[in-house]
Amino acid sequence: MSFIPGQPVSAVVQRIEIHKLYEGDNLILGFSIGGGIDQDPTQNPFSEDKTDKGIYVTRVSKGGPAEVAGLRLGDKIMQVNGWDMTMVTHDQARKKLTKKNEDVVRLLVTRKSLEETVRQSMMQH
Amino acid sequence: MDTESTYSGYSYYSGRSRGSHRHGERSRDRHKSRIKESSRSEKSVTINAPPAEPLLGDQSVRGEEVQDDNWGETTTAVTGTSEHSLSQEDIVRISKDLDDSVGLDCKRYLNVALSVILGLVVFLTPLAFLILPHLLWPDRLRACGTACEGLYISVAFKLLILLLAVWALFFRPPRAGLPRIFVFRALLATLVLLFVLSYWLFYGVRILDSQDEDYQGIVQYAVSLVDALLFIHYLAIVLLELRQLQPFFSLCVTRSTDGATQHYNLGQLSIQRAAVVILENYYKDFPVHNPAMLTASKSRAAKHLAGLKVYNVDGPGGNNAAAGIAQSQSRAMIAAAARRRDSSHNDLYYEEAEHERRVRKRKARLVVAVEEAFTHIRRMQEEEKKKAPGDVMDPREAAQAIFPSMARALQKYLRTTRQQHLHSMESIQQHLAFCITNNMTPKAFLESYLTTGPTLQYGKDRWLARQWTLISEASVTSGLKDGTIFLLKCIDFSLVVTTKKIPYIKLDEEFIDPKSHKFVLRLQSETSV
Repeated sequence: MSFIPGQPVSAVVQRIEIHKLYEGDNLILGFSIGGGIDQDPTQNPFSEDKTDKGIYVTRVSKGGPAEVAGLRLGDKIMQVNGWDMTMVTHDQARKKLTKKNEDVVRLLVTRKSLEETVRQSMMQH
Repeated sequence: MDTESTYSGYSYYSGRSRGSHRHGERSRDRHKSRIKESSRSEKSVTINAPPAEPLLGDQSVRGEEVQDDNWGETTTAVTGTSEHSLSQEDIVRISKDLDDSVGLDCKRYLNVALSVILGLVVFLTPLAFLILPHLLWPDRLRACGTACEGLYISVAFKLLILLLAVWALFFRPPRAGLPRIFVFRALLATLVLLFVLSYWLFYGVRILDSQDEDYQGIVQYAVSLVDALLFIHYLAIVLLELRQLQPFFSLCVTRSTDGATQHYNLGQLSIQRAAVVILENYYKDFPVHNPAMLTASKSRAAKHLAGLKVYNVDGPGGNNAAAGIAQSQSRAMIAAAARRRDSSHNDLYYEEAEHERRVRKRKARLVVAVEEAFTHIRRMQEEEKKKAPGDVMDPREAAQAIFPSMARALQKYLRTTRQQHLHSMESIQQHLAFCITNNMTPKAFLESYLTTGPTLQYGKDRWLARQWTLISEASVTSGLKDGTIFLLKCIDFSLVVTTKKIPYIKLDEEFIDPKSHKFVLRLQSETSV
């Protein structure tokens, strides 16, 4: 998940579809995000490379829509509904996730275990 | 057996005393007793050394036991062991005191006499230049008016200034007696002498012989001499006083007996002048030399060596073999010492812990005793003076009154810290009277006994200021250089001085704009969506 400036980033991603839940007046997804290009990347406990300024999942509420959909703690969000999440500020990421007129958000997330699974399955062949 | 016993007697005692060769009979007895000891101890790990015996007493006692008729011939000389070093010190001190009281330093008086003569010559020369024409050809002289009088005034004042300056610079009591001449002073004296002589030469040839009538010229000549003398005095200040002020070398001074070290920064001096500066600082910086503190390590060292005996199995050989034998002996001893399981480090550790505990206990008792003693004394108030109560004491009597209550505790403390020979009862009472007079607290009174102060704090007989010897491989009038090493030897110890040049410091500059100090917050926000 480390990137070299100027080179395209390639990662093994998982598609996750989360249906928003109505809680009172708000639509919630059931997780918290941290990170962003305006934040301090060294404080991120989930990133491998401490210069990675991407958006990470820092908390997943139990039984919420995110957990049901398969989102895990420490996932890095690469895209939300087609919008890139690797080079956005924290606030922009929040806005893309909490659009009021959208019921469903389709995320592309990546985590380390995904790469290992793919490699293992490739070795079996 | 016979050869073995005599040989071992030599190896054990040869380092300790310069005895005669008739050791044989006596050493055999001791050797027999020691063989028994060592055979017993072969089964155990540690070998106990025989106790260290005072040598003079030993010889006389043994002589009577064995009834050796030659005991009168076999006296040993006093050696520099720690028990005897004080008496040797006393002898040297007495002889040096005699020297001081009787003899005056011939060299110093010669120096003073020469410099006084030179000074007189130098001062009287301008006056002589002015007066001689009036005496020798008064009628032919052309009288000069106000210009001359102005020059007279200037000569007078310049001579006065020169007199004061020379008095300030040269007529100070000498602070040290150096082994060789002070090179700069000698050079300056020679320069002044040559200068004055050349002026006299010119005067004699051009003015006296030809009997010049131009008096104003003569007066101007005298004024130029005085000006030049003032400039030479300026040169003297720069060479003698100013040049060594800028620090150039860093000298590391270590005392050989206990390793106390200090560092001093000095300028470009000759070795003898640097030695004087170091000694002046030694008296105020180094703690006083206490030979009683060194006995512990010496006894440990003696125990290390005394536990082993080397036997020469092959018998004494020729001249070539003697050196080889000595070498192999010492190597064998070192190897044996390394191999045996020595528990002396254990002893040292516990001994030091025990000693520290004892010192602290005695110190606590002493502090309490002194504080209590001081409460018995109060300064008399102004109102009481009119009433004149009975027991009014001056400081000495007051000190004598409260001294007995703290004397025992103080004596015990001094004995434990091995300082008792540095303080006499008289000096303690004097110090107590001094503290009482100056309203000092008990803590201030005790400070000079709890910590060992510099040598100047103790009586004059501890100073030994006249017994320093400068030992140096380079000439003592040569300047200090990087890596110069010299020794300053006193009776019991020596100061080892090493020189290092102060590094050339290159400073670089970096300018920081005050507006460039800017900061940002480290954000780590977490939003729940």
